[in-house]
Amino acid sequence: MSWFEKLMPSRIRTEAGGSRTRSIPEGLWTKCEECTAVLYRPELERHLEVCPKCGHHMRIGARRRLEWFLDEDSGSEIGTDVTPVDILRFRDSKKYKDRLVQAQKNTGEKDALIAMSGTVHEVPVVAAAFEFSFMGGSMGSVVGERFVRAANAALESRSALVCFTASGGARMQEALFSLMQMAKTSAVLARLREAGVPFISVLTDPTTGGVSASFAMLGDVNVAEPKALIGFAGPRVIEQTVRETLPEGFQRSEFLLEHGVVDAIIDRRDMRERLARIIAMLNGRAAPAVQPQAAIEG
Amino acid sequence: MSLNFLEFERPIAELEAKIDELRYVGDDADVNISEEIARLQAKSRQLTEQIFSSLTPWQIAQLARHPQRPYTLDYAERLFTDFEELHGDRSFADDPAIVGGLARYRGEPVMVIGQQKGRDTREKIRRNFGMPRPEGYRKAERLMEMAERFRMPVLTFIDTPGAYPGVDAEERGQSEAIAHNLQVMSRLRTPIVCTVIGEGGSGGALAIGVGDRVLMLQYSTYSVISPEGCASILWKDSEQAPAAAEAMGINAERLRELGLVDEVITEPLGGVHRDWSAAAQALDGVLHEQLTALRALSTEDLVAQRYERLMGLGRFRE
Repeated sequence: MSWFEKLMPSRIRTEAGGSRTRSIPEGLWTKCEECTAVLYRPELERHLEVCPKCGHHMRIGARRRLEWFLDEDSGSEIGTDVTPVDILRFRDSKKYKDRLVQAQKNTGEKDALIAMSGTVHEVPVVAAAFEFSFMGGSMGSVVGERFVRAANAALESRSALVCFTASGGARMQEALFSLMQMAKTSAVLARLREAGVPFISVLTDPTTGGVSASFAMLGDVNVAEPKALIGFAGPRVIEQTVRETLPEGFQRSEFLLEHGVVDAIIDRRDMRERLARIIAMLNGRAAPAVQPQAAIEG
Repeated sequence: MSLNFLEFERPIAELEAKIDELRYVGDDADVNISEEIARLQAKSRQLTEQIFSSLTPWQIAQLARHPQRPYTLDYAERLFTDFEELHGDRSFADDPAIVGGLARYRGEPVMVIGQQKGRDTREKIRRNFGMPRPEGYRKAERLMEMAERFRMPVLTFIDTPGAYPGVDAEERGQSEAIAHNLQVMSRLRTPIVCTVIGEGGSGGALAIGVGDRVLMLQYSTYSVISPEGCASILWKDSEQAPAAAEAMGINAERLRELGLVDEVITEPLGGVHRDWSAAAQALDGVLHEQLTALRALSTEDLVAQRYERLMGLGRFRE
């Protein structure tokens, strides 16, 4: 895909058949939160929301992530009809029901996980991504069920499952139901494992709590985007427990690589190509025809 | 053993103190006060029944953490014979926050695994307050695989505030250790019965909690986050823990109604900490019944039913 094409509005079709337009950036210029460089928005888009100056990976939405990851027009959404219910009539300072409505309005999504089947460089995959801005990407019953359906779709078609995580963990408003999604999602992956269907877990910023302590760690290959926060407990909780300041870089991707938890750290701009190659090898397919990265580097 | 009374048990505590006082008087005076003692004891019993008939989830949470509540090894001593504790994860260390080993249950070999809290300060620290590190979960996983190889059922006992949130635990892959157990337990080719005996604290509890049957003692709790944690995040005030406990529905009866727990084991009046042997007996009855039912299944059916059960977890609209 050329940089010019990447500027075009997305054309990924959903099961509903509607096409979505990318949210329009507020201004033409934006600032990198890491190196404070002033960036030209179209340039930043071309770099998939990675700062061209310092390589800082900014958070991106689930739908945009999948649009970028899958081959154009190849995506077909899974589990759109699975939507959340407030089974416990949970209420804290706000009602869960109201929080859901608010999150749905803000994100245009029904819940925090979006799954699609499609291709990456013509290699068939089922890909799922978390919408972090939907209640912190928290995992409740819908996330668990959609993940299972995506996994089952991968199992049926014997194509790889890829999941991009960005989640604070289990959704407290669904109480124990949310905890049980950890068991449910891990169990379905056991089936993929038995069947020899690959699962690639891509950990992005941030992945903690119940998502980190379940399927996100169960990839045949676990990869992380640079400098993503990944851990079981959040840094604040740990700080309160050990009562000392945490070392620089603690719980970042590089720390996980050093401690043997992830296989590799992959730049977002290389993700499509690298994963397509890995999946093709795991599935015993011919190497995909991969375009050189120079297209976007220039 | 003198009982530690909780705040909401104060009226009972006062009555019990009066009874003790009378007993003391009775020892050196000539008057016959046994009648009076009997009357007060009956009253104390009645009061306990009354207070315990309408406990709030927050009060139950306090009972679940009661310092005199029996822990895994206390049940092991009463339920099993020939208990041989097995140590270590074979690659890093032995974690005293999780105990496990071979034992005989009514004569048959079983694998026992559970979180273990400490009773006194030294022991509490050694057991890390029942908060396991990755090596604890990896030891548990090793023992489960062994149980599968030697065809013995796995009985787990859950009692933890949660997996340990520390720097070393993160370094050694706490997340991966838990996740791996969830996967292994979902497919293990031998019966697994999990019992929450005290605190069922989140992922740290679930990591030994995936099974064919999930049982809970009447005054134990099981939740995705502690009431205090939930309150401090959602209410921005940990003092709201009672409200959070209520909202999450962390107690056994509620979770059974929701279909997340199979059976609730009735505790002796006033809670299991008042009578450890009665507690073990109550657990024994249910455990035996459930295990007998599971042993009757073929391995294929067992694993298929467990899988179905896991896939059925969750509520959504479609």
